[in-house]
Amino acid sequence: MSKEHEQGMSVIVKTVTRLTVGMIFLYGVYIVLHGHISPGGGFAGGVIIALSFIHLMLAYGKDVALRKLSKKTASFFESTGALLFLAIGLLGFSGGYFFLNFIPKGEAFRLFSAGTIPLCNIAIGLKVGAGLFAIFVALAMLKLEKGEKK
Amino acid sequence: MLELYILLIFMIIGAIVAIEVKDLLSSVIAVGAVGLGLSIVFLLLKAPDVAITQLVVEILCLIILIQATLKKDLPFSTTGRWFFNTVIAIGFIALFLYIAKDALQLLPEFGNPIMRVARSYLAEGLTKTGAVNLVSSVILDFRAYDTLGEATVLFTAVIGVLTLVRRQGRKKENEVIEKDDE
Repeated sequence: MSKEHEQGMSVIVKTVTRLTVGMIFLYGVYIVLHGHISPGGGFAGGVIIALSFIHLMLAYGKDVALRKLSKKTASFFESTGALLFLAIGLLGFSGGYFFLNFIPKGEAFRLFSAGTIPLCNIAIGLKVGAGLFAIFVALAMLKLEKGEKK
Repeated sequence: MLELYILLIFMIIGAIVAIEVKDLLSSVIAVGAVGLGLSIVFLLLKAPDVAITQLVVEILCLIILIQATLKKDLPFSTTGRWFFNTVIAIGFIALFLYIAKDALQLLPEFGNPIMRVARSYLAEGLTKTGAVNLVSSVILDFRAYDTLGEATVLFTAVIGVLTLVRRQGRKKENEVIEKDDE
């Protein structure tokens, strides 16, 4: 076994995690993208995406999870999501007022419908997913350091 | 209605257990049981959006709280002023019950909300925004300004946590930080 598989939980947990973590991530993406059709939306989907990375971190230890999504990348995605959401709001001024739904509505019950709402959902999903994962990493690392000092 | 009452009683018992139990980990798990019960209540009241959000946020909070409480050396508040504290608590409970007696009568009956603005949202939401899920059409189109504020609050919270917890802010004066743990 390589060195990275020494920390973290037992082999059973690692195997189950390897099989499920991708599906959890995809389910989060699905919830974000279908926020305007089915229940869910940017916030709930973003939390599920963050939970998939937290799942990876709990099972495999912090090195593997941070290689998938490092702290810097998480900060980048979080800021990008916030700015994207603001930009969509500001682009509404092209047609008149703040947060105008300036894209054509399209046909109901289709994935590409509802104008700016799916774009806002994607922006919020990026922001929430990266932000909550960053909070978790920061708190977990604080605890690790505290343990090392004692 | 019966299942709602059963769930409410379950949640109240869970909350009391969370307060009374001495072990911190058991207390956190009892709080988690309360949250999951609330999520089922939302499902029974036909609010799947809120139920999904409650469920995932509850699980995230539970993981973070368990991570934080697994160390046993957290400080317990064991002051000897139990008489003073009990009197203050009972006083506030009596005050809030007195105010709530009048205020709760003014609320509309359970299940019959006042539909002044909401009626037009329900009627025109699909044609005006094109979104089938009316909750997302309200939070991201009619009331998008509120959502921007909420997003700003979360952004500020993340920045605050990362600033307070990072290595750079907690180092001693002459301590040198290694590159890789920032």
